[in-house]
Amino acid sequence: MITYTIRRILWVVPVLWAVATITFLLMHAVPGGPFTEDKSKPESVIQAQERRYHFNDSLYQQYGYYLRNIVQGDLGISTRGDHQVTEIIRRTWFVTFQLGLLAFLVAASVGLVLGTLSALNHNGPLDYLGVGFATLFASVPSFILGAFLAVLFAVNIQIFKLSGWGGPLQPADIFSSAAYDWRKVVLPVVALAALSAAYIARVTRASVLEVMNTDYIRTARAKGLRERSVVLRHTIKNALIPVLTVMGPLFAILVTGSFIIETMFSIPGLGRETINAVTARDYNVIMGTTLVFALVVTLANLTVDLAYAVVDPRIRYS
Amino acid sequence: MATQDAVRHGVRALGAEPELGRQRGLWTDAWRRLIRNRLAITAIVVLALVVLVAFVGAYVGPLARYAPNDQNYDAIQSGPSTQHWFGTDQLGRDLFARVLEGLRISLQIGIGAAAVVLILGVSVGAAAAMGGKWSDNLLMRFADIMISLPEILAIILLRSVLVGHDWPIVTNKKMIIILAIGGVAWITVARLVRGQMLSLAERDFVLAARALGASRWRIVYTHMLPNTLGPVIVAITFAIPGAIFAEAALGFLGLGLPPPAASLGTLVSSGYTVIQRNVWNVVFPASAIAALMLCFTFLGDGLRDALDPRSR
Repeated sequence: MITYTIRRILWVVPVLWAVATITFLLMHAVPGGPFTEDKSKPESVIQAQERRYHFNDSLYQQYGYYLRNIVQGDLGISTRGDHQVTEIIRRTWFVTFQLGLLAFLVAASVGLVLGTLSALNHNGPLDYLGVGFATLFASVPSFILGAFLAVLFAVNIQIFKLSGWGGPLQPADIFSSAAYDWRKVVLPVVALAALSAAYIARVTRASVLEVMNTDYIRTARAKGLRERSVVLRHTIKNALIPVLTVMGPLFAILVTGSFIIETMFSIPGLGRETINAVTARDYNVIMGTTLVFALVVTLANLTVDLAYAVVDPRIRYS
Repeated sequence: MATQDAVRHGVRALGAEPELGRQRGLWTDAWRRLIRNRLAITAIVVLALVVLVAFVGAYVGPLARYAPNDQNYDAIQSGPSTQHWFGTDQLGRDLFARVLEGLRISLQIGIGAAAVVLILGVSVGAAAAMGGKWSDNLLMRFADIMISLPEILAIILLRSVLVGHDWPIVTNKKMIIILAIGGVAWITVARLVRGQMLSLAERDFVLAARALGASRWRIVYTHMLPNTLGPVIVAITFAIPGAIFAEAALGFLGLGLPPPAASLGTLVSSGYTVIQRNVWNVVFPASAIAALMLCFTFLGDGLRDALDPRSR
């Protein structure tokens, strides 16, 4: 178990190195640079710009600089306006994190409740409703749901607002009440959460149904336990294990997967920053944010794997 | 399937002709299960209608009333009417015609990307499983790295590389989007095929084939690949809505086909900018994407239940 843990943790390093290398190669395989414009510029300006960003060095040298800088915690400078990439990430991650976390909390609570109710009401009307909901939202993309929600709740009935983020933009603003506007929060969070909620509901329903048919539940009933106790302590507790294992990756997906929702609702987060960088061919920003996303996903997967080993000792690792 | 043929040949050789009319193979059974699934059949019918309208009805007949890029300056941003069933956009283009073009693009890209996923996924998966430990490790580690990137980000990165170069065969912009989506999505199928092949390699009928002296190629091609077909068909069916979503997302982010091509994602995106004025420009293309993805998902669910009854 200890060797497994150590090996699993060490594995993060080559994965991140590979992601860094792949994005580096991909970005350098793109023809044209961030300074390729329709307007012509004096040769000296072009040369000065290229010197500034090491664009004239050989690929190996650039790769060397890039890796050395990453190790030193320096992701380079943005070609739009000379900001440090680390600075851009520091400015935007908190919003993306809140959006992902809120969506995760909504998805987890709605999914768990809906899945459990569906299973307890197996083949009843509530079950059909729950399964219908899960099937519908599992196949409708977030931005399509976002578009429908926008039409309904921001245009027809104007309860919610469409653009900006209604939470603190920086960790320092957490306690200032002026930073909060729930009317801006609801639509992006719901749009982002729906697919995961549907997925969690499906997994929960299947898992609860499976546990309900086991012998130990029958035993619990046979020895005269109250229904509440059978459901809450015996069924749901055991049914949660497979649900927990899908939640880790889902959390990572929600925190890293809000490109479209952030662009749609003009939320100043990491995802929108990445899309803007792609449009402007701002390679350093693209490589930096990609690395951050990869780090988040890898750490989430690591946590799940290790937690799984703790929760379920039946699993053996060679 | 191949094994059943072998059994049938064997039985015939022994002089006992089986009653072929009564025999029901795996595929007949699967087909019967599929057509009993009401949702899947509805999805097939709706998809057939969509294909018919988008590829035929848009060019001939009573539905072909406007070309997607025809502008009518007297009807800009109009809502649904008898002239323009879905209304018009900010340039007075007929939204119905544009949604039909979007459906054509979505279907082409969805099916094209699924074909790329099928070819890459099956060949790489099979090669990894059969090529020994080294190739297997290579695929699995590569998959580990790929799943640490958000899928849509990987597609965007691959697209920005592909779109800048001049390729010898790939001149069509749609092909580039197809390759970008397929080039990322094949990993799932490759892992699936690899897993299936590795477990099949341990089965008795493969051992028997090997004992009879069948070549490695023959074992893979006639004994193992046909047995992975069921799960692969299901995975490919689910790859289609995945690709349709990816294409719509690229279009929505402004990274899809260049204008004036009316991909459904582009339509939603441009409709979204005028949402306060005319909601129909969002509602119709968004509904089209949702309907298309729902149909393919129902079809995939139906195929999964039909081909692997145990998974229910």
